[in-house]
Amino acid sequence: MWYELSKEFIYSTLGLEGKLADAIHFFVYDTLKIWFLLLTIIFAVSFLRTWVNTEYVRAHLQGKSSFYGHVGASLFGIITPFCSCSAIPLFLGFIQARIPIGVTFSYLISAPMNNEIAIAMLFGIFGWKVTSIYIVFGLSVAIVGGWIIGKLGMEKEILMDVKPIEGELEATLVKLTLKQRAKEAWNYSVDIFKKIYIYVMIGVGVGAWIHGYIPTDFIARYTGEGNPFAVIIAVLMGIPMYSNAAGVMPLVEVLTSKGMLLGTALSFMMAVTALSLPEALILKKIISLKLIGLFFAIVGSGIITIGYLFNFIL
Amino acid sequence: MKIEVLGTGCTKCMQLEAVVKEAVAKSGKFAQIEKVDDIVKIMEYQVMSTPGLVIDGKVLSTGKVLSVDEVLELMNK
Repeated sequence: MWYELSKEFIYSTLGLEGKLADAIHFFVYDTLKIWFLLLTIIFAVSFLRTWVNTEYVRAHLQGKSSFYGHVGASLFGIITPFCSCSAIPLFLGFIQARIPIGVTFSYLISAPMNNEIAIAMLFGIFGWKVTSIYIVFGLSVAIVGGWIIGKLGMEKEILMDVKPIEGELEATLVKLTLKQRAKEAWNYSVDIFKKIYIYVMIGVGVGAWIHGYIPTDFIARYTGEGNPFAVIIAVLMGIPMYSNAAGVMPLVEVLTSKGMLLGTALSFMMAVTALSLPEALILKKIISLKLIGLFFAIVGSGIITIGYLFNFIL
Repeated sequence: MKIEVLGTGCTKCMQLEAVVKEAVAKSGKFAQIEKVDDIVKIMEYQVMSTPGLVIDGKVLSTGKVLSVDEVLELMNK
C-alpha cells in the first residue's frame, strides 16, 4: 500500500524521473513504512509490558533452577524495558534477591539486544524471518553467555556490598483497567517515537543516497564474501553505535541489498544493541573492569561466531 | 507528607522530579520533596526500574514518568 502511494506521488504528481526520483521514492516509502511499524510494534510491546515489570521478573526468577533461570531471564529480556541508566539498580537488585550472577548477566545481555526498537526496525526492514533468526540467536547468546559467566565464579568482582533480602519477594503490580494500560502504552510509544523518528529519517536518507549512488561492487568487495574479516570489523564498529539502532538499521538494509552478507549484517546489528560503551561505563561503578571485559569478550565472540556460522550456512 | 523521587540521575528521573514539584505546588499541601540518588538507599526500597516515586515510605510507582494529575491522585490516597 505504502509502496504504490509513494510511487504514484513521486513519479506522477511530481513528475520526477531517473536516479533522483528512485532515491526519493525509496526514502519516502521506507520512512513511512518504518515509522508505521515502529509505532505499532512499540505499542504492542509496551501494552503487554504493563503486566510485567522488572520487579515481577526478579520475584519470578528468585530461587529457580539454573537452567530455568538462564532461559527465563533471557525470555523476560524480550518484553521488559531496558535503558542503560537502569543497569545498576537492576544488576544490584537481582544480586540482592540472591539470583545468581550468571542469570543476571543472561538478562543483562538479552534485554538491550531484544528491545522493541530493534525488533520493530528489523521487522520493518527485513521481514519476520530475519527478525526471528535475530531473536533466536540473540537468546542463545544471552543464555550461553550468562551460563559461562556464571561458571567462572565472578562473585568477588562485584565492587559493591549488597545486602541480600531475606525471604521470598512479592512482586507488587498495580492493577489497571485495559483502557489505562492502552493509554500508558500509547504515551510510551509516542515518547519513544519522538526520540527516534529523526534517526530513522537520517538512516533512511543516507541509505537512499547509497542505494542510488554507490556502486554495488564497492560494497560487496568490503563487506561481502571477498573480505574474511568482515564479521569481526562489523562487530567492532557496532560497539560505539549503541543509541542509534533506529538510524543504523536502514543503512544495513542497503548494504545487504548491495552484497553485504546477511550473517555479517546480523552480527553488526547485534553488536549495535548488545555491546554498548555507555552501559559499560555505567557498570564500571559496580563491577570490576575484569568482569566487564569478560562480559564484552564473551558476548562479542558469541556474536562473531553467529555471523560466520550464518555466512557459512547460507 | 514526604515525597521521595528515586533515581540515579537519568533524564526521566529529573522529569519526574519536576512533575512532583508542580503537583505539590498545585495541591497547595505542605510536602517535603527529596531526590534520592544514592543507589544503596534506592536498593533499600527494592526498586529496580528508576525513576521511582515514594510517598511516606511507600513505593507507589516505578520505571515511569508520571503526569502531574497522576502524582496528585497518588498524593490524595
